Amino acid sequence: MHSDPAEVKKSVRSYMTVFAMLMVFTVLTVTASRFHLAVPVAITVALVIAAMKGSMVAGVFMHLSHEKRAIYGALLLTIVLFIVLLFIPVLTMMDHIGTPK
Amino acid sequence: MIIPYTVEARPDTGLHNGKLGIWLFLASEVMLFGALFSSYILLRVGAPEWPHGELSVKLGAINTIVLISSSVTMVMAWASLKMNDFGKHRLYLLATFALSALFLINKYFEYSEHLSKGEGPWHSTFFAIYFTMTGLHGLHILGGMIVMAYFLGPGAGLWKRNPEQFANRIEITGLYWHFVDLVWIFLFPVLYLL
Repeated sequence: MHSDPAEVKKSVRSYMTVFAMLMVFTVLTVTASRFHLAVPVAITVALVIAAMKGSMVAGVFMHLSHEKRAIYGALLLTIVLFIVLLFIPVLTMMDHIGTPK
Repeated sequence: MIIPYTVEARPDTGLHNGKLGIWLFLASEVMLFGALFSSYILLRVGAPEWPHGELSVKLGAINTIVLISSSVTMVMAWASLKMNDFGKHRLYLLATFALSALFLINKYFEYSEHLSKGEGPWHSTFFAIYFTMTGLHGLHILGGMIVMAYFLGPGAGLWKRNPEQFANRIEITGLYWHFVDLVWIFLFPVLYLL
């Protein structure tokens, strides 16, 4: 995190660059959805673009590209638990209790 | 009583308390929205068919642009304080507040249109998860607006008494606001485009 005014002034340029890129990626997402791609391809394209936009917001606007270790540690644990959470529905497909063999 | 580490960093974490606190809060928010995204996957995979084109992509895209712009004005509100320009800070914070209001106004029109056609949360699984996810996100926008209104009003006095602590508070507000933007960045393609 920058606290020196000169450093902050430099960061302003990167904020504007990210802003422009976020706008371009938003247009790209909408344009890609108009091509009526196959569902798995459409999902992959949309989520990859969203992940790129998300990492720009987190890395530059939220200053995660240069943060303290305590924050990285907390976020690493969150990411692991988040992935577990996303895969919990898979367990329901493995549940065969009550279904005839 | 003086609360320690509101301005200076704790020696063990290298962070002031507010910053560590907001990141832990955001971690819990990731799990909250994560549970909803997980539910969405379960509902979508389990559905015999999933509706397409139910929502206005135009309104959704406009709201994406509005929210991304508000993230930029928010980070500029903090940067202006760091550059010791309180006047610019207020302008940027006011712009962020106005953009978040615009987001909610758009959402109001979107909700009204669906509800007038009887497409409420009871209409289908799609609309149930749509209203749940965007409704919770909308409440987060409202929460952010209340905090911004405080810093535009009575909370602004802290700048004169303790400018560094005020800048820290705006930074924390910004971190929350960027997270709200981040959630929408995923909600938009998931609900409107796929």
